[in-house]
Amino acid sequence: MANISELEASLRPPAMDMPPYPPKVITLASGEEMVVREVERDEVPILLEAIYALLWVERDFYDIVAARLFGELLAYKRYRVKDEYVLVGLIDGVLAGMVNGRLVDGKTGMSYHTLTIRRGLRVGSHLFAAKMEYHIEHCGQEEVLIVAESPIGFRRWMIEYPLEKRFEVQHELGGVPSWVLPSQTYYNAKPRLVAGRRPVPDELMHGAETIVLPAEEIVVRQVAGEKEGKE
Amino acid sequence: MKPVYVAGAGMTKFGRSEWSLMKLASVASLAALHHADLGEIPVDSVVVANMGAARVNKQTALGSALVDQLALYPAMAEAVENGPASGASAFKVGCQAIASGMADVVLVTGVERMRVVNGLEGTDFVASLSQPDVEYIYGVTLPSLAGMFARLFMDRFGVERKHLAMIAIKNHENGTKNPYAHIQQTVTMEGILTAPEAVVNNPPIAEPLHLFDCCPVSDGAASVVLVSGEVAARLGGPRVRVAGIGQATDTHAVHEREDPTDLKAVRIASEKAFSMAGVKPDGVDVVELHDAFTILEIAESEASGFFERGEAHGAVERGETRLEGRLPINPSGGLKAKGHPVGATGVAQLVELVWQLRGEAEARQVRDAKVAYACNFGGFGNNVVATVLRREEK
Repeated sequence: MANISELEASLRPPAMDMPPYPPKVITLASGEEMVVREVERDEVPILLEAIYALLWVERDFYDIVAARLFGELLAYKRYRVKDEYVLVGLIDGVLAGMVNGRLVDGKTGMSYHTLTIRRGLRVGSHLFAAKMEYHIEHCGQEEVLIVAESPIGFRRWMIEYPLEKRFEVQHELGGVPSWVLPSQTYYNAKPRLVAGRRPVPDELMHGAETIVLPAEEIVVRQVAGEKEGKE
Repeated sequence: MKPVYVAGAGMTKFGRSEWSLMKLASVASLAALHHADLGEIPVDSVVVANMGAARVNKQTALGSALVDQLALYPAMAEAVENGPASGASAFKVGCQAIASGMADVVLVTGVERMRVVNGLEGTDFVASLSQPDVEYIYGVTLPSLAGMFARLFMDRFGVERKHLAMIAIKNHENGTKNPYAHIQQTVTMEGILTAPEAVVNNPPIAEPLHLFDCCPVSDGAASVVLVSGEVAARLGGPRVRVAGIGQATDTHAVHEREDPTDLKAVRIASEKAFSMAGVKPDGVDVVELHDAFTILEIAESEASGFFERGEAHGAVERGETRLEGRLPINPSGGLKAKGHPVGATGVAQLVELVWQLRGEAEARQVRDAKVAYACNFGGFGNNVVATVLRREEK
């Protein structure tokens, strides 16, 4: 009988060599600097904590995105998804948003989710662009399969880039029609949608080493807005 | 005419609300009534300003509905629809009722709940105020009209995108001091104009206008209580008098104007308001302008008489219109940051000015404000209401 560690190893998908995502810094409309960097598996629990607060926020479909992302991140941490990666945006170390996806094979990438915590500053757009940059420029892939689960996502990805329909391909997120970003479309869109500078200055990078969570109340308020009016 | 006073003012937080249209209107109205502290004095009339409820909320006859919500029967009631100038138009109707002696207490409430529809439908709904045969039919939207206006205005007077950005930066900063503002987020020149990332942060909407040149689409309500001199004398609190109101119209289609950069209706409406009030623009301490687009704050501040033509952007550059400047404009954050629930906007401008004149504007209080001016810009400048308020010592 195989020992448990061998059994556990057999449950893990075979991994491809994935290049690291080189961190970059983006100046936001507020003048704040957001560091975008890759997340290690041992950092996942703190992200799960941030996502947990959003599981019941119906506005803008945060609930379904949060629920799915929770599972995807857990699967990343526990080695149950093949070739997944996670990027975060950090402002002074505080989590502003996160994105994830995976490499289907050498040529094709698959975007999973984009979740913005700090809203109103196009953080989601920047992070999604960073995800596309990773697939096309750093992994050298030819295309990325993408779906949208909210109208905001549809406007940001399908319309702004613009993406091409690839409805005949089944995206792993389910029955949502799949679209695709070919590398040429990415490069066409890059001047207006992809931002950021490298290398990240040491001081900023140091401030982004540890992920800090905004308070749960702040997370929910930033995401859901004032649920009711101020009297 | 009998004198008219504003005895109370209140509003909801602007933004994206899950409240119903009538709950928004009721909450703002109750806040204003509480502020007025009328006691047993009854409300004689209710005027509701709104632009799109019939279309986007499937509700009409809002005046009667608000009376019912607040149990103000048998008060007179009506609704006023005058595009984006609905708020100040309703305010004018309320003032007329008191000035004529028909009423002693009038509740004026502006309300809009437009985030219930998506952005495309919302844009189309607002575009329905344009000229149907020569503008709307060709796909004109308010951002596109403002873009063309901005292009012409900037070319003629040397206004640059940095000046528009300065308006956005100022109004966003003011908005952070206003708990009722839709957007409470500062922006910087680097972040929206000069940094390489600004291309992504601040994308074009209708060139030369970019994202941060445009007001947000908001839900919200604002309300004031107007009273006669007799009632005002019985109430406590500082007295804010409606010193002057002016209204003027211009051609429906913008291209039919002799000079599209000349906001003639703003000019005439403000001249009427100042004449009625017996004050001049240089006697005004605080101003609320209809900055649905940043360029409009510059253009309206000139047409209202605060600056010579072509000189406002220089004043902006010198900081004269900042909260601590010579002539603070849009201390509330303006439409740009406070938000723009269309039918509520004109009333909300006056709510802010009443608070300013009563010394109740907290972190954004303009020091020693005694005379205030508002410009509510309807259509694309084809129907404008200007109002002058003055603080009176008892």
